[in-house]
Amino acid sequence: MTEVGRARRRKEDARLVTGRTRWTDNIQLPGMLYVAFLRSPMAHARIIRVDTGAAAAQPGVVAVFSGRDFADEQGSLPCAWPVTEDLVVPDHPPMAVSEVRYVGEAVACVVATDRYKAADALSAIEIDYEPLPAVLDMTEALTEASPRVHEAGNKAFTWRFAGGDIEAAFDGAPVVVERTYVQQRLIPSAMEPRAVVATPDGEGFTVYSATQIPHILRVMLAMTTGIPEHRLRVVAPDVGGGFGSKLQVTAEEVLTLLITRRLGRPVKWTESRSEGNLTVHHGRDQLQRVAVAAELDGRIRGVKVDLLADMGAYLMLVTPGVPLLGAFMYNGIYKMDAYDFACTGVFTTKMPTDAYRGAGRPEATYALERLIDELAAEVGLDPLELRRRNWIKHEEFPYTTIAGLTYDSGNYEAATDRAMTLFGYDKLRAEQADRRDRRDPVQLGIGTSTYTEMCGLAPSRVLGSLAYGAGGWEHAGVRMLPTGKVEVVTGSTAHGQGHATAWSQIVADALGVPFDDVAVLHGDTAVASRGMDTYGSRSLTVGGIAVLQACEKVKEKARQVAAHMMEASADDVEYTAGAFRVRGTGTARTIQEIALAVFAAHDLPDGFEPALDADATYDPANFSFPHGTHLCAIEVDTETGASRIRSYVAVDDVGKVVNPLIVEGQVHGGLAQGIAQALFEEAVYDSEGNLLTTTMTDYLLPSAADLPEFVTDRTETPATSNPLGVKGVGEAGTIASTPAVVNAIVDALRPYGVHDVRMPCTPERVWRALNGGAA
Amino acid sequence: MPRITVTVDGIRYDEEVEPRLLLVHLLRDRLGRTGTPIGCDTGNCGACTVMLDGKSAKSCSVLAVQADGCDVVTIEGLATGDRWHPMQTAFHQEHALQCGYCTPGMIMAAIDLLAEDPDPSEEAIREGLEGNLCRCTGYCNIVRAVRRGAQAMNEASEVTTS
Ligand code: FES
Ligand code: FES
Repeated sequence: MTEVGRARRRKEDARLVTGRTRWTDNIQLPGMLYVAFLRSPMAHARIIRVDTGAAAAQPGVVAVFSGRDFADEQGSLPCAWPVTEDLVVPDHPPMAVSEVRYVGEAVACVVATDRYKAADALSAIEIDYEPLPAVLDMTEALTEASPRVHEAGNKAFTWRFAGGDIEAAFDGAPVVVERTYVQQRLIPSAMEPRAVVATPDGEGFTVYSATQIPHILRVMLAMTTGIPEHRLRVVAPDVGGGFGSKLQVTAEEVLTLLITRRLGRPVKWTESRSEGNLTVHHGRDQLQRVAVAAELDGRIRGVKVDLLADMGAYLMLVTPGVPLLGAFMYNGIYKMDAYDFACTGVFTTKMPTDAYRGAGRPEATYALERLIDELAAEVGLDPLELRRRNWIKHEEFPYTTIAGLTYDSGNYEAATDRAMTLFGYDKLRAEQADRRDRRDPVQLGIGTSTYTEMCGLAPSRVLGSLAYGAGGWEHAGVRMLPTGKVEVVTGSTAHGQGHATAWSQIVADALGVPFDDVAVLHGDTAVASRGMDTYGSRSLTVGGIAVLQACEKVKEKARQVAAHMMEASADDVEYTAGAFRVRGTGTARTIQEIALAVFAAHDLPDGFEPALDADATYDPANFSFPHGTHLCAIEVDTETGASRIRSYVAVDDVGKVVNPLIVEGQVHGGLAQGIAQALFEEAVYDSEGNLLTTTMTDYLLPSAADLPEFVTDRTETPATSNPLGVKGVGEAGTIASTPAVVNAIVDALRPYGVHDVRMPCTPERVWRALNGGAA
Repeated sequence: MPRITVTVDGIRYDEEVEPRLLLVHLLRDRLGRTGTPIGCDTGNCGACTVMLDGKSAKSCSVLAVQADGCDVVTIEGLATGDRWHPMQTAFHQEHALQCGYCTPGMIMAAIDLLAEDPDPSEEAIREGLEGNLCRCTGYCNIVRAVRRGAQAMNEASEVTTS
C-alpha cells in the first residue's frame, strides 16, 4: 500500500499529548530577564514626557526603556508589499517615540528578573500625553474634514483592476443588484499567545519566536536592525497555531532582540491574552460595495467591486496586499463578460490589520456568494440553479477567468451533487416551505456557498507583478543517513498542520523507506537555512512538491550507484516497488543498501560524488484552485432572533490527498473559524478608539457547545499544475463557510422582507433585522 | 514568604512562594513542568487545566498557596511509564489535535468529565468541554476522541473489576 493517501496518525502527536512540548515560553536560559511592555491607553496622542526613574528604582528591575532609547537603532517595522507606487508607507517605529496611533502601541518597557516584577514596575512609569483626535470610521476618514492619522493623509492607496467592458455589462442590464457588506474586524486568536526569547549567541544572536515565518523574520530582523543576517539565527519551536497572525514581523520581536543586544543577556517576553487581543494584528475589516448585472434568466453579465479596507494605523508585513489577494476572486467559479475591482486602503487609529486565515479570499467569497443569493432571489431562481447556470462546466477546464487566472481543473457539478445528496437538499427545501406556510415562529434557512480560492502561494513571477517583496518558492533537502534513515529539511515551518507526517508519507513512497524512518526538520534557520515559510495554503502544493523533487534527485543518484553495484547499465535499472531493480531480472538493491555503500564510498561509479543528499527549490507555475460546495441549514427563532445550525455539509475538492485525516481536520477547523465570523466574533472599538473586546470573555471564540457536528466529504479532481495533483486545504473551510451560514440566516428571514443581516449575526442583530431596525 | 508542600506528578516539592504566585507559574517557571500551557488571563480557555486532588482545575485561577498540601497531576504525569492514558491514545487516534496547545487542558477536562458521566452523549461532551477552547480542530474530532476514550476507559475498568 502506498503511504500517500493513507490516514496515517500523526507523528507530531506523541510529544503534544504527553506535554513534552517546546513552546517558546518554556525556554529558560541562565541569567534570563523578562520584559513587560507599557502600552498606549490612547488611540491617538502626542507623547510629551516620559519618566522612567521611579520604575527603574523598583526591586528586580534591570532596565527601563522608552521609545527614545531605541530611536536610533529600532528602524521601522517592514511592509513587504508596496502595492502601488504611490502607496503611503508611514514610519512605524517598534516603540513609539513621539506619537501613538492606536491603543496598545508599545511606549516603554521594563526589563526585570522575573515576570511579576517586570509587570509591577510598569505602573511606576509616568507618561504625559497630549490627546489627538481618533480616526475610526473609514468613510469619514476619507473626507477632507477628517483629522489625520499620518501627515500624508488617511488614504494609503487605491488599486484598480478590470477585465472586459464593465459599462457594457451594466448598461441596459435587465437585472442589477447592489449591496454593501461589512467585513467586521476579527482577532485571529491562535491559542498560543506570542512569545519571544532572544539571547546572545557567540558572534550573534538567536531569536526564538512563536512565528509562522522564521526565514522571513530572519531577513527582516537583519534589514530592520542592521544586525547582519549571518549573525542571526531564528528558531520557531513548537508553535501553537497561527492562522496568519504569526505571519508578521512584530515590534516585540525587534525590541526583544534590541534589548538583548543592549544588555548582553537572554531576554524573554510572553504576551498575555489581553495584550494579544490589542496588539496581534487583526483581520478582515472591509466595507464592500458590490454589484452584479445579469439577464432575466440569471446569466451574469458583470460584477463590480468597490472596497474600503481598514489598514489600521500602520502598514505591517502584508497589510495592503491582503485585500488584493481577493481581487482575483470576486468572480469566483462563474463566467461573466466583465469585472471591475477597486480598493482603497484607509488609515485609522486602530491596530493594523493583516493576514488572517484566507486573507482577502474569504472577504471576496463572502461578498460574491451573498450577492449570488441575492440575485437568485431577485430573478426567482433556486440559488443552486442560478449557480449551475453560471459556473464553469467541468469540460471547460482549463479555463481563464475574467480576472485573468487560469483555473487548471475543477468539477463544480460533482461537488454540488454530492453535497446536495448528503444534505438532503430537496427534503429540507420542502420542510422550509412547510414552515413558511405554517408561519412557524422557528423558520428554516438554507445557505449555499460554491467557492473556489487561489492558493498555494505562489508563482514568484506573479508575486513580482503584484509588487510583493519576495518570491513564492519553497526549499527542501533530503539527507540519506548511512543506516538508511532519512532526514528531510523543509523550509515550510509547521504550527499544527502535520508537516512531519505528510512529508514522511511522500518520502516513504518516493524512496521506498518506512514511514517511521523519516524525520522532518524545520523551523530553525540553522537547520533549514532556506525557506519561505507557511501561509496561503502553500505547504503541500509548494513545499511538498519540493520534497518530492529532492527525493527524485536522490533517487537518480541512487540509481547510478545501484547500477554499479549490480554491474548493470544505469539505463536498465528502474525504481519499482520500493527498490532499484535490473529490468527483467530478480536482482535488486534497496535505498538503504545503497546509502551504506555511498557512506563507505569504497566502490562507487567513476566520478560519483559520495553523497546521495539532494536539495530542491520549487517555484510553482500557477496557483492551485481548491473548490467545493457547502450547504448549511439553520433554524432561526423569529421571536428571539436566536439561530441554531441544524446541519452543515461541506464537500471540498482539494485534489489528491496525501493524508485524509489531516485534510478533514483542516476542513473542520476552517469551518469553525468561518462560522465564528458569521455568528460570534467581532473586534469592537468604542467611539474613543478603545478596544472593548480585549479578553476571551468579550471576544467570543466558539466552544464545542457552540458548534455542530460537521458532515464532510470530498470529490477529487487532481490539480494538473503539480506532480502530486494536490491543491491545498488550509483556508478552504474558512473561505466557504461564512457566506453559507449568513446565506442560510437571510434565507430563513426572506419571507419577512429581510435581505441582509450584518455579521456577526447575533440574536440581537437578527431580531433587529426582523423588526425593521438597522441590522 | 509562605512555605508550601505540593505533590506534582508524583514528586513532592517544598517551596517558598510569593502569596500571589499562580499555580500555573509555579508549575512552569519554578518546577519546570512546562507541559501545562497558558492561553489566557481570564480563566476562559482551559489550556492550563490540571487535576487538583483528583478534580480538574484551571491552574491559572489557583494560587500556588491554595495548592498547599494538594496532589497535582499534569499532562506530564498522566501516562504510566510508556503507557499512555486511554484519553491520550484516543486524542491521537481520532486526530483530535493540530497545534496541540489546547490538548493538555482538553485531555484533563475530558478525564474529569468522564469521572462524572462515564458514558456521555455527544451533547454532554460538548457542554462538558465548554470551558476549554480550541482554535484548530473545530471540536468534531475532540468529541469523537472523548467518546473513544470513554469506551476504552470503561472497557479497562470492566477488565479490572471482573
Ligand atoms: S490559561 Fe487558564 S483558563 Fe486560560
Ligand atoms: S489543537 Fe490548536 S488549539 Fe486545539
